[in-house]
Amino acid sequence: MPGAFLQLTGPNGSGKTSLLRIVCGLMTPERGEIRWQGAQIRSLAEEYSRSITYIGHRNAVKEELNSLENLRISSGLAGFELSRAQAEEALSRMGLAGRENLLARFLSEGQRRRSALARLITCGTVLWLLDEVLASLDNAAVTLIEAVIGEHLSKGGMAIVATHQELHISAGSFQRLELAS
Amino acid sequence: MFRWIVARDLTLAWRRRADVLSTLFFFVIVVSLFPLGIGPETKLLRSIAPGVVWVAALLASMLSLGRVFRNDYQDGTLEQMLLTPQPLYLVVLGKVLAQWLVSEVPLVLIAPLIGVQFDLAPDALRILFVSLLIGTPILSLIGSIGAALTLGLRGGGVLIALLILPLYIPVLIFGAGAVDASISGMSPQANLYLLSAFLVVSLVFAPWATSAALRISLE
Repeated sequence: MPGAFLQLTGPNGSGKTSLLRIVCGLMTPERGEIRWQGAQIRSLAEEYSRSITYIGHRNAVKEELNSLENLRISSGLAGFELSRAQAEEALSRMGLAGRENLLARFLSEGQRRRSALARLITCGTVLWLLDEVLASLDNAAVTLIEAVIGEHLSKGGMAIVATHQELHISAGSFQRLELAS
Repeated sequence: MFRWIVARDLTLAWRRRADVLSTLFFFVIVVSLFPLGIGPETKLLRSIAPGVVWVAALLASMLSLGRVFRNDYQDGTLEQMLLTPQPLYLVVLGKVLAQWLVSEVPLVLIAPLIGVQFDLAPDALRILFVSLLIGTPILSLIGSIGAALTLGLRGGGVLIALLILPLYIPVLIFGAGAVDASISGMSPQANLYLLSAFLVVSLVFAPWATSAALRISLE
């Protein structure tokens, strides 16, 4: 459903991460199946990967690369190439202007997370799956991410976000799924 | 996509040069220990040279294999690679190619030089180089299966050796056999052809097996 936003909540160990990993296809469910536009994601395989962006607990930011390289390489791998200017723009929106050329090893935890989330701005995929992405972000960054998700929803995108924090998202339709332990 | 993987891994290897150099030095030192330990008995040295160089190459490749997927697994980039819209086969092939370029090619290049310590004839040195050039990609390809299977296990390094070294045996036999043949004045062609056949087979099947192993390891 275009513009749909689903927040996953629930106590630790209730399966929020497992659910997201199943939805993105990294794990196979014991029972049931995941369908994307009517077809099973297993049968869609690479076509499905083109429609989703998954950001998990681990940032997928290489310590030996700088933010610019991290963003451009992860985009390149995901199948769309970014020019240097596009990558710089996305990073400056994430508040990393001036630190683009610093190796991720020297960034703080929050800055690394920002650098990982810059992918959301440039990715152009329909479905975002975000797992506890707001951890270690400051208030300004949380507001920024809410705005980015809001824009995504108003353009017809969808998002599933696992988080305990209250999210203030104005666009789209908001649903909350609470998992029991 | 393929070139992004290779370029990425080469950049990462360049930023962690020490890892790469340690593999190369390991190879050079292990091979050099034999002439020093055995003494200047040229006939004996000449006959053990192919085996020693090849065994050292196998052990050196064990050292670098653990790294192929482990770092990417730990920081979550491997997950992202599984989610890319390209076949996992290509991702694996790219990573193996990068590993070979970084860890094995220097070793192939230096082998003729340290072969001189064993009093090998120029012809035998040439065959040593060619056999390693054909054989080391097989080591990387087969090794990647073990690296993927042992991902995330504690003590994975020893387990890789137990899983993979037996699979290296044919490569060792035909690789060292080619050099042996050349030393004793026979044609090494048969051995080299068989080695090339192994390369083709592992090029087709190993990335596929590695992809399957990666999916299982990351569940």
